[in-house]
This record gives sequence, structure tokens and C-alpha cells, in this order.
Amino acid sequence: MHTLLDTLIVLLVFTNLRLLGLSRINASIRTVAAQGVLLGLVAAIANADHLSPRIVLIAVVGIAVKGVAFPLLLFRALRAVKIRSEVEPFVGYIPSVLAGVAAFLISLAVAARLPLPVRPPSDLLVPTALSTLFVGLLLIVSRKKALSQALGFLVFENGIYAFGVGIAYEAPTMIELGILLDVFVAVFVMGIIVFHIAREFDSIDTTRLASLKE
Amino acid sequence: MSPAGLVPVAGAVLLAPLFLGIIHRTKALFAGRSGPPLFQIYFDAIKLLRKGCVYSGATSWVFRLAPIVAPAAALTAFLLLPQGGFPALVSFPGDFVLFVFLLGTARFLTVLAALDTGSSFEGMGASREAAFSALAEPALLLCLAVAVRESGHLSLSGLVGSVTGAEWQRAGPALALTAVSLLAILLAENARIPVDDPNTHLELTMIHEVMVLDHGGPDLGFILWGQALKLWVMGALVVGMFLPGRTGSPWLDGAVFLAGMLALAVVIGTVESTIARLRMTRVPQFLVGAGAFAVMALALVMR
Repeated sequence: MHTLLDTLIVLLVFTNLRLLGLSRINASIRTVAAQGVLLGLVAAIANADHLSPRIVLIAVVGIAVKGVAFPLLLFRALRAVKIRSEVEPFVGYIPSVLAGVAAFLISLAVAARLPLPVRPPSDLLVPTALSTLFVGLLLIVSRKKALSQALGFLVFENGIYAFGVGIAYEAPTMIELGILLDVFVAVFVMGIIVFHIAREFDSIDTTRLASLKE
Repeated sequence: MSPAGLVPVAGAVLLAPLFLGIIHRTKALFAGRSGPPLFQIYFDAIKLLRKGCVYSGATSWVFRLAPIVAPAAALTAFLLLPQGGFPALVSFPGDFVLFVFLLGTARFLTVLAALDTGSSFEGMGASREAAFSALAEPALLLCLAVAVRESGHLSLSGLVGSVTGAEWQRAGPALALTAVSLLAILLAENARIPVDDPNTHLELTMIHEVMVLDHGGPDLGFILWGQALKLWVMGALVVGMFLPGRTGSPWLDGAVFLAGMLALAVVIGTVESTIARLRMTRVPQFLVGAGAFAVMALALVMR
């Protein structure tokens, strides 16, 4: 079972690297969805020893929101803006992937020194959560399209969720579900804003928003 | 050194072209063709060996050296690699570096020979081969480093075949990452899809094929055979490193090993039938991805 958990966590890291190397936005949305489903499974399996309705709720709601609802919202936004891929991000795909690997290595080193209130179910969970945070931030700052940045925000949130599930039986449910609700609203609003930006300016390239200021 | 060590080398020399034949047959099955005979590479090689050589006046001895060195280097690499239950003929600590060096030597001379012809096409292929192998080789060394760390042995004899079922249970994710990375490197190093299409002769996309355009007769035969040997030696590395199940009897292990090689040929054929060749600009990304996997696996086992 320990191996199963580790395998799921390594798959999470893999989805991070894949996101950094992908240019197609629909493939990126699918990858984020897969990441959400993986996170839900990790939440359930990591706490399998003391499985309570609370944990099941966190896992099921996580999978439903991250694996189904977000992708649907984002695909709707994608259809509205009629773009297919990120063109020329600020940081290229190969440097991004290398940065993702570096983030994972740094996270391993940091997590080894991080004092935690409880021992996480797997040694890999905290480094993975940290590297997911880094990857999310990197996606937000390095991509130009508003939709890609929204995806970066989701990945960032996934990192927080991953951090939370490691110590889920310690953290209150209300906080976990509250965060999920916040993110849900955020993605909903982002979808609408992306749609409106695209309708007004025929583009969701955020670099071009700078020329609005005069 | 024992005479039994000669069995796998002889077996590899004889069976390597058959490995390619199985890949071709798998691809034909996917495409709904009957495909070339399983032994087609042997027929081609025998036909080519009976022909005479034609050398361009622009070429030098380097051009004639490459077709000899390429299979010879692959053959020497076999001496270091245990196959099935048979031990390697030569083994010393750190011989995996020599293994990578031998594969690199073969490539280096092929590239030099391509440049020696002075043809602009061949120069293009040589430049691509050099650029891509510069990314593939560190990844290969990283994969071997993972195996060294996992097995605690510094020689190929120790690290090949050290992976057991228990090892897969303990370090499954790291081993799986290494296996995927090594498979990607195998495809790239042997000019298979998705990096290079061995069947294409469209000059803009060729990598390996374009480098051997000017070789003919016995030289081309040796190059074909050397290619088959290189594919076999890397395949044997993958199968030996990741296939659990050691019974202790060399012949039984040999049978398991051959079954693994057969499965690998079918896997390569399936990959080639189901994946399109990558755009040339995406190839470095593919190789960097393989390297990233290897780095992650190394980080996981070094933890």
C-alpha cells in the first residue's frame, strides 16, 4: 500500500512536469483534471489507516470539484476564447521542465528540514506538495495567456491541498472544504473574466493588457 | 572469464537482426500488411556482403573505418553485459562507463564518416545526431547511476539482474521512472520513432539514415548489422535491468531473458505503430523529459 501511495505521488510529480512542457491548453486542462483525481486518491489512501467520513468527504469533494467541475468550467472558457495553445511563454518549455525538476530537488531538501506536527504518511508527500506549489507559481508568472495563468493558480491550490491531505486527520474539515469553495468561486470568476476579456479585446494575452493604462 | 560467457555473445550476434525482424513484423501487423519475412535483415546483410564497395574520391580512411568500428564497438559492449543467467566475459568496477563510451565511440565515428563525405545532407544528419545524443547520453548515465545506487554494484555484471520482485515493491516508482527514461533513450539512440523514422528517406527529417546514405556493399551490410547489435545491446540492458525473476539456472534465465527481449520488440513495434514521429523541434524536449525522469529517480533513491 505504501508503494501504491508512492506511485500516485510520483504520478503527481509527473503531471507537474507534463504541465510545464505542454503548450496545448486543452491538454493542460486535462492534465490538471488528472492531477485533481490523483490528489483525491492520495487523500483517501494516505489516511486509509484512520478512514473517517470526513476524509472520504474531502477526497470525494476534491475529485468532484478538481476532476470534473473545474475542467468543465475551463473547457467552456476555452471554447469561448477560441485559442488552442500558449504561444511563446516568457520561460520556454525546456527551461520550464528543468526548473520543475530543480523545484522537486529543492523541495526534497527543504522537506527534510521542515519540522512537521505529524509524520506524513509518505516521505514524498511534503516534497511533492512543495514542488507543486513552485510549479503553480512558475506557471502563473511564466505564461502569457490568462487561461494558462488560471491553470497555474489551480496547480498552486493543488499543492496546498496535497500539503493538507498529508495531515488531513489533524486539520479541520471546514478549512479544507472552505478552501475548495473559495477556489471553486475563483475559477468560476476567472472563467467569466477570461470570456469577457476575450470578447472585448479579441485576445487573452495578458502582456497586451499593459497597453491599457493610458 | 569462462567459455559459457561466449554463449550470450554468440546468441546476440546471431539473434540481433531477428529482433529488428520482430519489430518490423509487429508494425506490419498493426498496419494490416503481411510485412517482410522475419529473417529479411539476414537476407539483406548476406546480399550486401556479396557486393563490391564503391568509394567516392572525396572520402578518406575515416569513411572506411566507421562501418568496421560501429559493429565492433557494439560487440565489445556485449562482453561487458551479462545476459540471462550468463555472466559477462569481462567485468570490473565502473565498466558501465566503458559501456556508454563504446556506444559513444560508434556514434562518433558514424558522425565523422558522414562529415567526411562532404555531402550537405549527411552533415545535416551528423549535426542532428550529435545534438540529440548530447542530450541522450547524460540521461543514460543518470539511469545507470540510479541502478548503481539501487544495487550497490559498480559493474554492469552486478547491477544488471540485481532487480528482484522485492526491489520493485520497495522502490517501484523510482525503478519505473528509470525504465521509462531508459526506454525513451533506447528509442532515441537507435533512431526509432518518435525521434527518427527508420523507414523514411525524406531528407528533411532523417537523422540516422541520412548519415549512412553514401555507404554501400559490405560496408552497408556491416552498418545494418551494427545497428541491429546496438538495438539488441540496449534492449538487453533494459530487459536485464528491470526484469525480475532469477531462477539460478542459466538456461532457464536465458529463456526468461529471451522472452523479455521478445516482449520488448513487440513494445517497440507497438510504440512505433501508435505514436507519430515528433517534430524535430520537439525532440530535445522529449530527451530532456527522459533526463528529468532519470534525475527524479536518482533523487528518489538517493533520499
